[in-house]
Amino acid sequence: MTLTTSGIDSKVLISMFRTMITIRRFEEQSKREADSGKLRGLHSSIGQEAVPTGMCAHLGDKDFIFGTHRSHHHCIAKGVDLRQMMAELLGKSTGTNKGKGGTMHIADIDKGMLGANGVVGSNIPVSIGAALSAQVLGTDHVSVVFFGDGAANQGALHEALNLAAIWKLPAIFVCENNRYAESTPFEYAVAGGSVANRAAGYDIPGVLVDGQSVLDMYEVSGEAVGRARAGEGPTLIEAQTYRYHGHFGADNPLAYRTEEEEEHYKEKDCIKRLTDYLVENAIATTEELDKLDQEAVESVAEAAKFANDSPFPNPEELFDDVYSDYPKGALVAGMQLDGLPDPGLVTPPSS
Amino acid sequence: MGDKVRKVSYIQAVNEVLRQEMERDSSVIVMGEDVAGGGGRPDKKDAWGGPMRLTKGLIFEFGENRVRDTPISEAGFIGAGVGAAATGLRPVVELMYVGFLGVCADQIFNNAAKMHYMFGGKVKMPLTIMTATGAGLNNAAQHSETVYSVFTHYPGLKCVVPSGPYTAKGLYASAIRDDDPVIIFNNRPAMGLRSDDHVPEEPYTIPIGKASISVEGTDITLIGIGYTTRLCMEAAEELESDGYSVEVIDLLSISPLDTETILESVRKTRKVVIVDEDYPRCNVASDISALVAEEAFDYLDAPPKRVTPPHTSVPYSRALEAHWIPNKDKVVSAARQVLE
Repeated sequence: MTLTTSGIDSKVLISMFRTMITIRRFEEQSKREADSGKLRGLHSSIGQEAVPTGMCAHLGDKDFIFGTHRSHHHCIAKGVDLRQMMAELLGKSTGTNKGKGGTMHIADIDKGMLGANGVVGSNIPVSIGAALSAQVLGTDHVSVVFFGDGAANQGALHEALNLAAIWKLPAIFVCENNRYAESTPFEYAVAGGSVANRAAGYDIPGVLVDGQSVLDMYEVSGEAVGRARAGEGPTLIEAQTYRYHGHFGADNPLAYRTEEEEEHYKEKDCIKRLTDYLVENAIATTEELDKLDQEAVESVAEAAKFANDSPFPNPEELFDDVYSDYPKGALVAGMQLDGLPDPGLVTPPSS
Repeated sequence: MGDKVRKVSYIQAVNEVLRQEMERDSSVIVMGEDVAGGGGRPDKKDAWGGPMRLTKGLIFEFGENRVRDTPISEAGFIGAGVGAAATGLRPVVELMYVGFLGVCADQIFNNAAKMHYMFGGKVKMPLTIMTATGAGLNNAAQHSETVYSVFTHYPGLKCVVPSGPYTAKGLYASAIRDDDPVIIFNNRPAMGLRSDDHVPEEPYTIPIGKASISVEGTDITLIGIGYTTRLCMEAAEELESDGYSVEVIDLLSISPLDTETILESVRKTRKVVIVDEDYPRCNVASDISALVAEEAFDYLDAPPKRVTPPHTSVPYSRALEAHWIPNKDKVVSAARQVLE
């Protein structure tokens, strides 16, 4: 193990760089796919790469994470296969969810990614259920939920924090405060001006962290994971971050924020800062990092090729997995193949 | 059956099956408001044993790790049930009254119902939610509803309505062992009643998705859902004394729906009355009425008829509530209209 000035093993640092650059290149490719009309609506995570990267560096496949509508970065940080992810974005049968979920619902239980979720705040109570399983079954696994500043105002967060606190569950709550809930600014919508401070009401640690610094994110995550594994209960982390793009594909963020603000945050770009740190501390050379970047570009390109070459699901697959156990051939209103939409409807519109 | 008939109340039957399933499988846990009661106080354990007493005594056998009193926090603990079901437990979660659906609907409809499909079948959801329904106790609009329809509306959920202690025990065992989310509706006014049925002590299951024919007949089919099967049986007795041969179907599962048994019966009797305590718009009775009209129209001697409450909330005053709720006389009167 080679400790650096940050106290973090250099291998871990390089691995986190690889994860963050892969997320960014994946998101750039997702946007290209969306711009060519192959998927509609894309919640880009560019700018927020450091938050799940610093957290997931402490987790294994048996630890669970839960995401949001904006979750590609969570999935990649947790090790979900890029090819299956991209195929899912394009609605292909080779996707993580066999084309049934799409960009807002990517899940891979084998990797401990228990799902992106399109309803703001909805996954927070679900996440403490995974922590409850760990506690009842006596494992040392932890459960981490990522949610945005918009979800901070959902009652579901309050209920889940309260339950996790009274039961001392191995649960970690990570608010990715990217300053905007759709177009609504954080300072308008969040009373008290802090999510982390809300932890005080439950007598659990509430930590404010610079979510644009993967080193800081790694450190506070390690403490929270350690507490959870040791049976010391939940932690609420507020990671201050910024999304570079709009809320979704067609949203122009300059309608509700300024170029000056965007520039301010882009100067604190998480990948740029880690790059500088690695080079300045002679942990990696620019050439080595460029090579990792090139590898990320290639693996994303391969994922895109795989996804584009993959077939769409067969019409019969419409009826698969409604239930895990269901009398086959049972007559249920609407469960006949007649009247399926013309296949032309599932062909992407030409750009 | 030779041996003595073993009669138990609905509450006893549910309590027994919960105990047996928890013994059978250590991944079964129970949680909800006051499922033990006196949460956390060692000298007050099992203060309630559940708001309906369904979970009485379980905490002594299975401990606080598996029998959990929750705060009044339905979105929190039903959501936790969803997450626990996806990660290795088989939670049985109590939603005290179905009228409280509104505070946890997102967890049931968006997560429990959809995750298996939305995630391409890779996540299983062995979650059981039990909840109380039923008017007749002067508990007014929010604590007396029978709401099935919104649950049956959602693909991915299974919904069962036991009609008495025997079916309760078998359906609970099936629900808990099922890998899909199952909602069990317990009719509260009928919970204390014993049935004449023999309820075996040893565990057994009743398949989800299969209706039962309570009594065979040839002149008319009466379809009951849970407690209203009892009304159908009472009505059948009266109609039989007038010389009619009545078939009664105990639906048991409202999702999936046993369309085969319904259609087979109606094609034989050519007449049908469906008795449902849910509000009349878009309820299970109207679904069955549409099914019969679409699939057995040519066999019918009369239009299908539904016996339901009026399209109002449940009134408080016993004078009004008695008019609101379906009863035997309403079933008999509807049947006579169809028969004559």
